[in-house]
Amino acid sequence: MKTNYDLVVIGGGSAGLAAAISAYDHGIKDILLLEAEAHLGGILLQCIHNGFGLHEFKEQLTGPEYAERFANQLIERKIEYKTDTLVLEIKEDKTVIYSNKEDGLVEVKAQAIILATGCLERTRGAINTPGDRPSGVITAGLAQKYLNIDGYLVGKRVFILGSGDIGLIMARRMTLEGAKVLGVAEIMPYSNGLNRNIVQCLHDFNIPLYLSHTVTNIIGKDKLEKVVIAKVDENFNPIKGTEKEFQVDTLLLSVGLIPLNGLLDKVNVPTHPRTRGALVSQNLETMKEGIFSCGNVLHVHDLVDFVTKEGRKAGYGAATYLKGKMHKKGRRIITRNKSGVSYVVPYYIDVENILDNLVELNFRVTKPFEKTRLIVKLDDKEIKNIFKLHMLPSEMESVLIEKEILMNSNAKEITLEIKEG
Amino acid sequence: MKEFICIVCPRGCKIRVNEQGEMEGYGCKRGITYVQNEMTNPKRMLTSTVKIKSKIVNRLPIITSSEINKDDIFRVMEEINKVKVEAPIYIHDVIIKNVLGLGVDIIATRTIRE
Ligand SMILES: Cc1cc2nc3c(=O)[nH]c(=O)nc-3n(C[C@H](O)[C@H](O)[C@H](O)COP(=O)(O)OP(=O)(O)OC[C@H]3O[C@@H](n4cnc5c(N)ncnc54)[C@H](O)[C@@H]3O)c2cc1C
Ligand code: SF4
Repeated sequence: MKTNYDLVVIGGGSAGLAAAISAYDHGIKDILLLEAEAHLGGILLQCIHNGFGLHEFKEQLTGPEYAERFANQLIERKIEYKTDTLVLEIKEDKTVIYSNKEDGLVEVKAQAIILATGCLERTRGAINTPGDRPSGVITAGLAQKYLNIDGYLVGKRVFILGSGDIGLIMARRMTLEGAKVLGVAEIMPYSNGLNRNIVQCLHDFNIPLYLSHTVTNIIGKDKLEKVVIAKVDENFNPIKGTEKEFQVDTLLLSVGLIPLNGLLDKVNVPTHPRTRGALVSQNLETMKEGIFSCGNVLHVHDLVDFVTKEGRKAGYGAATYLKGKMHKKGRRIITRNKSGVSYVVPYYIDVENILDNLVELNFRVTKPFEKTRLIVKLDDKEIKNIFKLHMLPSEMESVLIEKEILMNSNAKEITLEIKEG
Repeated sequence: MKEFICIVCPRGCKIRVNEQGEMEGYGCKRGITYVQNEMTNPKRMLTSTVKIKSKIVNRLPIITSSEINKDDIFRVMEEINKVKVEAPIYIHDVIIKNVLGLGVDIIATRTIRE
């Protein structure tokens, strides 16, 4: 059995597939991709609704269709992959330990690694909901997997906490399968989901959306019987007297996603306090040379098209590294978020290794904005001032910075901020 | 008075329509067309799953070949839930031809070989 590879890609979701394909197309042929599940495609296989691929293919695909296109591209290139194969550990010297039924426990040595392991859903513990601990409280993504892959409907009377897209999509999906969805509560004064999903998943089926509301009690001995919600004030504290009760057997949680970063523990790469992904350069290289990260394990994405794009960038970065074409690290420009911007990826610009003429900075805003300006500064010098008609926290934004500007500056920091008015 | 959220672009304008059919709140003309369609003839793509006999999964994802009337969604769901197929199924295989005579097929969105 082969135990040496130029590149090992961990995770066969959209990010890992795009990364492996791109590395291959940039000249790296000795690749192994490892996927824990039985199939390539990742989370998309359970996202059976359509709307994927508008950026990538200019058509609306369902999740499984999108995944299959990329899986086919991997297979056409004869890139080696193993499914049902769990990666247990990555070591500092880029040894990857995996296990599966056929090979048992195996150590392979990689020259470069791309981490593309996706994310986990936040659970009840992460948000500290009060009340009993009955069965019937489950994350929306898990309910989606049960229903769309295993064919099992988790409940008949459902309430949903959190108005992210997965929760909205599940509100429609469970309604179509005969469940009654009594409502969706969102603690923020605006929804975190796409308007399209608010309209087609909630309005179409007369499902109420309670903005500025949260669950204040969960009642049920063994099985869930009731949830209580209440309106919250500006500090997110429940307001007495605004409680509403719902008799339900299921509470779906759609309260956020967290990068699945555990494999990085042993390699000592620092992570970002806000995104919880690794700190990376614009080439998506972590602070450990030759280890790259992309997709939801780096920062949570809402659109798979951007995941694919990021995967490609990691593949290109890894290929450049493997061909010995990366320069010795020199000057860094650290990215900073100021008012109105909640985070920026990448964490820094590796100035000696800008591979394209433009460097893309991705960011999210802290709240919905209308008619504002995005200001980009290199230290104190303003280099961009861009009018933005509207921006939402749920939609990732990006700005492109010319390589020349970065090369010709001595700045230590690049700052993004939103100016109102 | 009826209220719509325009979904044509991310701005998501809230467009109100009064009894005389006059609209307000749209950010551009596309919003008017969107609301007119929503009021007269709302259409949707429908995605769901059908039962499949396979070694690896229990459900095959499917989609309508084009949009159907919003009012037909639950009737079409009933037809979809009557079906059971057997692997192998290839992506874009027709699972139900001309469902309920609506001129729309139900199509597989995933290949399941075994
Ligand atoms: C529940 C859910 C629903 C979503 N719905 C939508 C949607 O409707 N539309 C949209 O555009 N985006 C949606 N997204 C966003 C989604 O994040 C992206 O579209 C994209 O699919 C993420 O790709 P990824 O490769 O980063 O992660 P994933 O698709 O999660 O892929 C990660 C892969 O890594 C594997 N893996 C993890 N750990 C290991 C290990 N130790 N060893 C081996 N393999 C491992 C996993 O099995 C998985 O296959 C959704 C996300 C979630 C979580
Ligand atoms: S009305 Fe125009 S600006 Fe407003 S959401 Fe629709 S398309 Fe966008």
